[in-house]
Amino acid sequence: MTAVYIQLSYFDLIIVSSFLLLAGGLSIGLKLGLEKSLGIAALRTVVQLVLIGLVLKILFQTVSLGWTALAAFVMMALAGREAMARQTLKLRGGWSLGIATTSLILAGSIVTTLALTTAIRPEPWYDPRFAIPLLGMVLGNTLNGVAVGMDRLGATLKREKDAVEARLALGHLRVDAVRPYVREAMRAGLMHIINAMSAAGLISLPGMMTGQILAGVDPTEAVKYQILIMFLIAGSTSLGALMAVLAMSKRLGDDRDRLRLDRFSELR
Amino acid sequence: MTLSVCNLKRLSLGPLDIEVASGDIVALTGPSGTGKSLLLRAIADLDPNEGEFSLGGVERATMSAPAWRQQVMYVPAHSGWWADKVEPHFEGATRGQVIDTLHRLGLESTALGWDVAHLSTGERQRLSFARAVVLGPKILMLDEPTSGLDADNGAKMESIITQYALDGLGVLFVTHDAAQAARLGTRLIQLQDGQLTEVSS
Repeated sequence: MTAVYIQLSYFDLIIVSSFLLLAGGLSIGLKLGLEKSLGIAALRTVVQLVLIGLVLKILFQTVSLGWTALAAFVMMALAGREAMARQTLKLRGGWSLGIATTSLILAGSIVTTLALTTAIRPEPWYDPRFAIPLLGMVLGNTLNGVAVGMDRLGATLKREKDAVEARLALGHLRVDAVRPYVREAMRAGLMHIINAMSAAGLISLPGMMTGQILAGVDPTEAVKYQILIMFLIAGSTSLGALMAVLAMSKRLGDDRDRLRLDRFSELR
Repeated sequence: MTLSVCNLKRLSLGPLDIEVASGDIVALTGPSGTGKSLLLRAIADLDPNEGEFSLGGVERATMSAPAWRQQVMYVPAHSGWWADKVEPHFEGATRGQVIDTLHRLGLESTALGWDVAHLSTGERQRLSFARAVVLGPKILMLDEPTSGLDADNGAKMESIITQYALDGLGVLFVTHDAAQAARLGTRLIQLQDGQLTEVSS
């Protein structure tokens, strides 16, 4: 591995920001009205990434289990909130947020811990230089699966209310009546990771692998890491989406085999 | 076998009592929006509700909700369908029973192969009635069983309901049509302001 890692200067970043300015100029010229959101988003990228860079630097220097765990917990809580942000139907009483956050915490920490203690084995196993980026990748994707799965389940059960209740009225068990919709929600939740695994290398070079190659890592080594990450993400997404969808389906029913769509908060 | 409901409470409904015996055809009328459908749904235990319910002396609370609903069956005004073809909706009955029931309702067994998406309103009404009675409920609760049907099909549906009642099925049906209530019902009750009044026996 003799490749060189080219250090970027802040001036280099200013050069590439000219493309952003071009996009902003086009937006103003064509009256698209996107320049403001584009500007804010770009600013957020810079501020958020610079801040996280500083946090990671400090975190990596200290290598403390407590601080790493705290950072991990904050990430998981934020992921739970993010998973809820674009849900069209939410369960009353914070149940949606609770289910999403719990599924993310369980799936994310089980998969990440297992990978750290068995496959990657840094010393110590919680070394934040490994734990935090890994958890970030896993959470980012699991969040997607959980959010899409829950959103799809809510939307489908609302749309298919008559079909579900027709079965209940005929004396079918609630689990049987909702099973097709649970399955559909799971499929929707896992779609993006299945696509990502199928397209990996052929259509898209995954971001992490690209980053490693740019940073000078031998491509065959980068590939091994990418496969590891893909499998972790797939495992965690499946686990998280399954927990979230099943918990939500349970919350939308009760022990008298009813469909409880009244547990959604009022529709906006 | 008698369905007995005491002190039913659900939102603005009740407390109210109602009884439906085998062979009864009880017509439930009342202004729209008074909760006639809610009342049927509450008896079927499809919504949270309170009260004492029993069928032939057996308390609803002692059995599972699906077991109760198989005996005290609710057929909503707008039927729901969960498969593309008609046949899967008859899950739980033997093919012989299904075909007998279809014949009784004036349908051929080829109806099982029909696409749900292409059913007419009349076919939907009859098939959703068929998939219910084929499971052998003791009490059938019908919500507007002839809504959307023309006079001819409406009359057919009424005579089918009467036949089943003569065989011992207890029927409680909701209608907005006073003439139909008088024609089909052996008992008339009215729901107003959350309370029931027996109009005639």
